[in-house]
Order: sequence, then structure tokens, then C-alpha cells
Amino acid sequence: MKGDAALAAHAHTVKRYRGLMDWLTTVDHKKIGILYLIAGGLFFLIGGLEAILIRIQLIKPMNNFVSADTFNELITMHGTTMIFLAAMPLLFALMNAVIPLQIGARDVAFPFLNALGFWTFFFGGLLLNISWFTGHVPDAGWTSYVPLASPTYSEGAGVDYYVLGLQIAGIGTLLGGINFMATIINMRAPGMSFMRMPMFTWTIFITSALIVFAFPVLTVGLVALMFDRLFFANFFETAAGGSGVLWEHIFWVFGHPEVYILILPAFGIISEVVSTFSRKRLFGYSSMVFATVLIAFLGFMVWAHHMFTTGLGPVANALFSIATMLIAVPTGIKIFNWLFTLWGGSIRFTAASLFGIGFIPTFVMGGVTGVMLASAPADYQYHDTYFVVAHFHYVIVGGLMFGIFAGMFYWWPKMFGRLLNETLGKITFFTFFIGFHLTFFVQHFLGLLGMPRRVWTYLDGQGLNGMNLISTIGAILMGIATIVMLINIAVTSLKRPNAANDPWEDGRTLEWSIPSPPPEYNFKQIPLVRGYDAWWKEKMEGKKAMTPAEPPGPIHMPSPSILPFVMSVGLFISGFGFIYDKLFLAIGGLAVTLICMLLRSVFDDHGFHIEEHEQEKGVTA
Amino acid sequence: MSTHQHAEGQLPHEPEKATLEGRNKILGFWLFLGAETALFGTLFSAFLALRHNIGDGPSPQHLFELPMVFAATMILLTSSLMSVFAVQAMHRHKVKEMVGWLIATIVLGLAFLGLEIYEFNTYVSEGHKMTTSAFSSSFYTLVGFHGAHVAFGVLWIGLLILQIFKKGLTVVTAPKIYVSAIYWHFIDVVWVFIFTVVYLMGKVG
Amino acid sequence: MKRLLPLMAGMALVLSACGREDLSALNPQGPVARQQLELMKISIGIMSLVVLVVFTICIYVLIRYRRRKGDNSIPKQVEGNHKLEIIWTVIPIILLIILGVPTISTVFGLSKDYSNDPNALKVKVTAHQYWWEFEYPDLGITTAQELVVPTGKKIQFELTTADVKHSFWIPSIGGKMDNNDGLTNKMYLEFDKEGVYRGKCAELCGPSHSLMDFKAKAVDQASFDRWVAAIKAPVEMPKDEAVKAAFQNKCLTCHAIGETSTGSSAPNLTGIGSRLTVGGILFNDEAPVVDNLIKWITDPQKVKPGNMMPKAQDLELTDAELKGIAEYLANNKLEY
Repeated sequence: MKGDAALAAHAHTVKRYRGLMDWLTTVDHKKIGILYLIAGGLFFLIGGLEAILIRIQLIKPMNNFVSADTFNELITMHGTTMIFLAAMPLLFALMNAVIPLQIGARDVAFPFLNALGFWTFFFGGLLLNISWFTGHVPDAGWTSYVPLASPTYSEGAGVDYYVLGLQIAGIGTLLGGINFMATIINMRAPGMSFMRMPMFTWTIFITSALIVFAFPVLTVGLVALMFDRLFFANFFETAAGGSGVLWEHIFWVFGHPEVYILILPAFGIISEVVSTFSRKRLFGYSSMVFATVLIAFLGFMVWAHHMFTTGLGPVANALFSIATMLIAVPTGIKIFNWLFTLWGGSIRFTAASLFGIGFIPTFVMGGVTGVMLASAPADYQYHDTYFVVAHFHYVIVGGLMFGIFAGMFYWWPKMFGRLLNETLGKITFFTFFIGFHLTFFVQHFLGLLGMPRRVWTYLDGQGLNGMNLISTIGAILMGIATIVMLINIAVTSLKRPNAANDPWEDGRTLEWSIPSPPPEYNFKQIPLVRGYDAWWKEKMEGKKAMTPAEPPGPIHMPSPSILPFVMSVGLFISGFGFIYDKLFLAIGGLAVTLICMLLRSVFDDHGFHIEEHEQEKGVTA
Repeated sequence: MSTHQHAEGQLPHEPEKATLEGRNKILGFWLFLGAETALFGTLFSAFLALRHNIGDGPSPQHLFELPMVFAATMILLTSSLMSVFAVQAMHRHKVKEMVGWLIATIVLGLAFLGLEIYEFNTYVSEGHKMTTSAFSSSFYTLVGFHGAHVAFGVLWIGLLILQIFKKGLTVVTAPKIYVSAIYWHFIDVVWVFIFTVVYLMGKVG
Repeated sequence: MKRLLPLMAGMALVLSACGREDLSALNPQGPVARQQLELMKISIGIMSLVVLVVFTICIYVLIRYRRRKGDNSIPKQVEGNHKLEIIWTVIPIILLIILGVPTISTVFGLSKDYSNDPNALKVKVTAHQYWWEFEYPDLGITTAQELVVPTGKKIQFELTTADVKHSFWIPSIGGKMDNNDGLTNKMYLEFDKEGVYRGKCAELCGPSHSLMDFKAKAVDQASFDRWVAAIKAPVEMPKDEAVKAAFQNKCLTCHAIGETSTGSSAPNLTGIGSRLTVGGILFNDEAPVVDNLIKWITDPQKVKPGNMMPKAQDLELTDAELKGIAEYLANNKLEY
């Protein structure tokens, strides 16, 4: 109910913060996206440094650059940080920056929870990485198998950092999944049916469903490990009837959908980038949607392909082999749809589209080694060797990271009002692309030649020296590419923010119909969607702007709040309490969080209004 | 960002669904329950995998006393019924009646918790502790998590009752009542599974 | 199919000569590894075809449809093409059937249990941090680090661990199987050719996971029988009384040798003088056995960080005792 009556009833002072407080209290999805970008980027640098140290240790046989203990810490932290604290947050950055804009909404369904999700991720990640400074670093691998991770064989607090850090960070991810599902279901602009949604929105929707159903499984696994370690429970203590294989099952029932959580958004980004930069609509949109749903569904059915050598028996191994191979079919459909989007198009090479196009052959290489791994008897050779390391880096780095780079270059102007430098971007692309293939292609052979994974060193004279050297050189190249990217970001931030609404000129989706960056409320008037590729449709009919679906008027916004930050600090403190057996900290931290929840429930957020005249002025985020 | 309806004049029939925020909250909560289903599903799976490994501890046949557990089940089911009546009263805008049913809900919830605490105490004295065996660890984690959910629910609904007294039934407070009722039904359904899988199957072996 | 066969032949040629005979999965020396390589070749063959098709189309479109300078035209917007979509759904399914059928048959074939086969040899493998224990239950033999087996026989392994998860892997002979806590996994392998094959641990088990190598030595049946007799022969204690006392009181609390089985939480030392390595990674053809033994006993942590054996000085071994024990063990050889 807009108008004077509403204004009169809601006349109250508007709490608006500036500077640091603005960022600590924001519930605006665009700012939260930037926070995820910065934090994810920082953790990416830490994970990347860990990778470089690993590769330096492996540059030659019987090296002693780091000790064996430190090496196991490095591989554990590299994997855990990259997956949970870098890749996922960078995806969340793009999700937050783009999804509400793509569906014509003013924010996500739960802006407060959105902020809470960021801060819990951040403090969980901080907790995990503080372990480096305490000397108790997790060292049982990112998969933390028991009994190695049990209290008997990992007596120090290292694995406790893993358990508590991930538990806290995982809360954020789960909240994000719920948030984006609800947003996409309930808040699409009028006229945007499900089959008119952009492909990126579809993949985020399905990814969010995966998050909702997969993350709680990890939660239970971490709780069980925590109880074993802190309260002498027996989930995984074989002497008392527990089972280490149970941990494997629980971890991988989460872990396999997790990798689809990582890759499906990248698929969405590729669809957007390939389509935009070839000036063609996505080929086979409905089968793309169907294929994505199928991949997600099958993704829950294949977890034991990580356990082919665990001894589940031939029936299980055969079934999981076939189920895993099946995923190649919808994935192949997607690859061909992208190729045929490019076919007949007008392809423009920019840093964004180079990463998007570079994704296609690279991800296919990773995907085919996946099919090879799917055959259980062959996997008896590949499992736990560098062949697997090669496979998953091809799909995660060559797939996901290429996708993230593409998305960053593509949506940077929308987020920051400035285009990243194209020359530096192309240097980043070529250096990273070459370095990537140098590092990981040879690793396929290292595995087959007899090099297991997670090895601190290798003996001389086994024929492994040359390829390990090449692999390390590639890693250094990727490091250089990352530095060039950082320089690009720095240089770009000095430019004036004067990007156009539609800086690529060929934008097809709603985010390109509004200013770069958008005003705080995104859309002055919610747009009316008349078809798939909603903005392109209007442009092709000669329109300069979207047709509005509502009259102009004051816009209601949610209030900022410091509670998400405080709640996350409470969880952080509680984590420390559990790790170091200080009950008062553990309970006290939780109490802080619970009290904040109580305050949030009791004190309703009335929000505030941005009046029409403020809209004319252009209130920016 | 949305439209509000104000409490002067008639409340709509389903006040919880009258605003976008309300509908979002309800949808979001169903999604959260999807996650909770995965959570409890995993706890159940772990329990099923480990339930025969009793180590040195007492067996479930020995431990479980069905009459008491059955009574607890009836109490929780009845509290769920109270919650249904509360939402029906809410739809008829009978605020006092609604609050009465909500109080009944949490009183029965507290009774359930009381029985469960008594039950756990008995078990501990019979040598069935968290640390005893794989069976006991998974038992206490599964049933304990459920109990923690009940306790949280009691506190939450209690807090909502206080809020109703202060703010009345509005399109802002209605979704909270509705969502807490869905939560309460969910933990009731989980209990039915616990009763079956843990207690009944435990007795049968 | 016409292109697939030569492609696979090409692949076979490239792959078959790859890597060391004693270490590479691409250079199989036993029937199990050969079957596994066959599956790999089928999958690589099919997947190379896929990669070729994708790369060809990709390169073609990038060249043919790149935007020319000044071209501002809007290309024809194509929704899809049913025929194409069916083709690239059906063909992958067919390719997967081609891979799936041999996969299933090999899974079942390799899971065959030869435990009750009188012609098979049973070996129980218990993995430790960071060494391998091999027990031949039907022969009454327990040894460590070096798995001696006859050629031409099915070796039925029963795998378990004494501590954390490990994984038993002899790449050139066959794939691996995990050593789980509290469980026994069964796997069979077969060695056609005599030779020494390298074994690796393939599951992260602690700091010295990468150094947990073992050797599988395949010999002919007659030689194997001689080994069985030699390893079961009684072993004399060291002649020197001081060395003997030190050996019995400080070593045999954890180790066993000959018929003494007082200690069994550390590798069995019988015949250690004729093993290929000391500690799994100190090669006896690169340094004399006695020197390797001294190096190991002096500071085992330096060779394999995190392992359970105390240093010589923590055991209060004098230099003379240490040297005496090392010489004694170096001379403890098996003739077969």
C-alpha cells in the first residue's frame, strides 16, 4: 500500500551507516556480493600460496623444503580452503551480485540471512586459517578420513579446527542455499516464468537445491567426528563398534553433490558468456535445463565412486560405475549446446569470452577422465594417485575457476561500474591457461606411472622427476597470472566508474537494463518480462528500456543490522571454546548467538523507504 | 520493497500469507525443513548402521521401556494437535484462543522433555552413556538432537506467545506463528520415525 | 568403428611402452594389471574420440564464426535442433554401453575369492604406520616389507590395518585395495614374471605416507619353496654376549626374529640381511646393508618422520652394541 497512509504509519528515523559500519551492517545483496568477492579472493590467495609451497616441495625427489608434517598440513588446508573458502564464496559473490538483477527483483528473499551467511562463512574460514598461527593445523586431508583423524591418531587440535571451522562456515552456505531457492521461486518479475529464466539463474536455483540437501549431511558427519574427538563418542571407533567406512559414506554423500554445487554455477556462467559474446540465444535451452536437473539428481546417486577401493563389493562397485558414467550424457548435451550456440554466431573475443571458451575443451578433458575413473576396475589403478589429482583439478580449476574468471570479467562492470582492463585480462588468460595445462596434464601420467597422491616426496630414479618439475613450473605461471589479475583489479579501481548500463552492448538479460552499478533499490520500477532473454527481446524491438510492471512510488528497503556480524563472532568464540576445551567460551559464544536470534525475533525490522525524489537523484549502493 | 497491510480494519483470512515477506518466510521454512530432513536422514542412517554394536553396554531390549516411550509419543502427538488448533484459531482471528492452544503445546512439549531427561538419566545409571559404544553414541546423538529441537521449539513458541501479548496478531506476527507450527509438526514426524526405528526396532532386534 | 580400432591400436602402442616395468600401471606384469589396462584403453579410445569431436567443432566455430571487424549484424537466433540433440544424446549412451559392459564383467571377475582354492596362496597383509606385515597363515610364516611370492599362482590377499587406513598397491601387478580398521578386504593378484616389483601405500596415513614403500618379489615355485624353508629355519642369537643382551632387551620387545615371537608390533627381522631395502626406502644396492641398518637404527625418525621406533640413544644403545646388532642383522640372510 503505497502513498501517504503508509508513509505516515512508518514515519521513523532511517538508520544509515557509512564507511566500515556500512559494510559490517549491510543487508544489500550487491554489497554482500562484494564482501564475498573480497573474502573469497583473499582465501584464494592463501590457498594458492599453499599450492605453490606444495609444488616447490615436489619440484625434485627427496626434497626437504618443508617437513612431512607441514606438507600434510599444506595439502589439507589447500584443499579445504580452496573448496570451501575460495571457490564457493566466489560463486556466492556472483550469485549475490547477479541473481536478483537477472530475475528483476530488488533483493533476495531474506536479506538479513544473506548477511548472516556471509559473516558465518567469513568467521568459519578465519577460525580454520588461524590454526596456522597456533601450530595446530589440520593434516588429515580435506577428506579427513578416520582413523587418521580420530583422537587416537590426531591428538592435537588440528582436526578440531577443521571440524569447527567447516561447521561454522557451512551454516552460511546452507542459509545461502535456502535464500536463493526462495528468491528464485517467489520473487521473479511479472512475466518471468521458470522457462524464461536466464540459464545462470536456473543453475543457481538447482545448485541451491543441492546445497539444501547435501550440506546437512556434512553437518552430521562433522558433529559425529566432533563428538568422537571431544566427548569420547564411538561413531568411528572400531574397538567400540564404530566404523571408519561410515565416515567415508557420510562424507561422500555430501562430497559428491558438493562438486556439482561447484560446477553447475560455472555451467550457468558459461551459458551466459557464450551466448552474449556470440550474439546468439542459447542453443537448446530446454534441454539445458533438463540436463542440469538430471546432473543434480544423478549427483546424489554416485557417491561411492570415491570408495571403489574401500571394499564395498562387486555389486556396489558395478552399480556406482554405471550411475557415474550416466552423468556423462547430460554433461555432453550441455557441451554440444554451447558449441552450437557459438556455431553460426558472431564471436567476440574478450577476456570474459576467452575464459568461457577456454572452459569448453578444458572441462571436456576433465570430464572424460571422469568417465575413465568411473570404470571401477580401472579406478583400482587410478584411485589415490596423481591421475585423480589431475582429473579434479581439470574440472575444478579448468572448469570452475575458468568459469569464475569469465564471470568476474563479464559482471565486473555491473558490480563496480568499471570494465577490467582487457589487455591485462588477456595476459591473465593466456598465462593461466598455459600454466594450468602444464601443471595438470602431466599429472595424469604421474599417477599411472606409480605416483600416489598426498605424498610429501618421491624417491629418485622412478621416472617421475621431469614431470614433477614441469608441473611446478606451471604452478608458478598460474601464480603470475593471478598477480596480473590483482594488478588489473588495482588499476581498474583507480578508473572513474562510468560504465554504461549495457557495456558489452550485447547484454541479453535484465541486469544489463539498469545502471552499472545499479542503484540501491536495483529497479525503480519492477520490469515486465515478455520472453526469454528479456532485455534482448526489448532491444530487438527498438526499445531503450524495459516496460515497467508497476507504477513509480516509494520503495521499501530492509534495515541494515549489526546482528549477523555479532552472531558470527559468537559462533567464532564458541568454536575456540570447543577446540580448546573451554566450556565457558563454548557456551558463552553460543549464548551470544542465541541472544541475537532472540533480539531479531522480538524487534521487528520495519525497514525504511526510499522516496521518489531520492530515486530521481540516483541513490547508489 | 513490498506492501504492508495494517491491523486497523480486518485481518485477511490467512494473515500469514498476506504479505510477500510472510510467503517468503513460509517457503523459506519449508526449504529449511528439507535441509533438516537430510540432517535427520543422515542421523538415522548412522544409527541404523551402528545399532547392533552395543559393545559392553546394555542392549536396547534391556534398556527401552515401551510404556514410557509410548506415553512420551502420545504427549508429543497431542502437543502437535494443540498446535493445529492454534493455527485454526489464528485463521479465525481468535487471538486468546490461539494463545491458549500455544500454551498447551509448549506445556506438553515440556512434559515430553521431562520424560526424556528422566529416561536418559535412567539409562546412564544402567551403563548406557555417550561413551559406551557405537550404538549408544548414535542413540544419544539422534535422540538428543531431536530433544534439542523440541527444547528450541518450546523456547521459540514461548517467545512468540510473549510477542503476541505485546504486538497482537498482525500480518507480521502471523507468519511467525505459522512457521513455528510447521516446525513443531516436523519434529513430531521425526519423533514418529525415532519411536519406530530406535525403540520399536530396538525391542524387536 | 573403422576409426576406433586404429585409434585404440595407436593408444595401445603409446601406452604400452610407458613407465618402469616394476612400477607403472601402463606396463603391466601380471594378468590383473593387464585386464585393468585393457579397460583403460577402451575408455581412453572412446574418450579420445569424444575429445577429438569436441575440439574439432570448437576450433572450427572459433575460426569460422569469429566477428569480423566492422560487422555489426545480428546472427540468426536458433532455438535448437531436435535431430542434433537426439544424436548427441544417443551416441554417448551407446559409447557408455561399450564401456559399461566390460566394466561390469571385470568388476565381478576381479572380485573372485580364491580363499578356498588349494592352488592359491593366501597372504594376510596388515598395514602399519609405516611398514607392511605379511603373514602366510597356511605356511606359518610372518615377515615384513618384502612380499615373496611364487609366479603363476593366484595370490589371495586379506588386507587389514593395525592402526589407520592404508592402501595396498603394486601398480605393475594390479590395482589397489584399502586396508581398513576392523575389517578385512579380499583381493587377488597374480605374478607372471619373476622380478621385483615396487609396492606403494595409497591412502594418506601420516607424515611418512610417501615413504611407506614395500617390495613384491616374484620367484619360481622351487625358489619360493626354498624361501619358505629358509625363513622357517631357526635363527641363532648374536654370538657376543653384550650384543645379544642388547638385542634381546631392546629390540625383541617390539621385533621378532626366527622363532622368538616376543615382539610383534614391529617388523619381523628374519632374513633382513637379504632384503632389498632397510626401512622400505634405504636401498641395499646403493649402500651396504650394514650401513643402512646403522643409519636406520641411529635415527629412524630422520629416515621416516613420525614412525614409532625410538632412536638408538633413547634406547641407550652404545656404539658397540649398535654396530654389533647391525652386523648381526646384516648377516642374517636367506638363501633361496
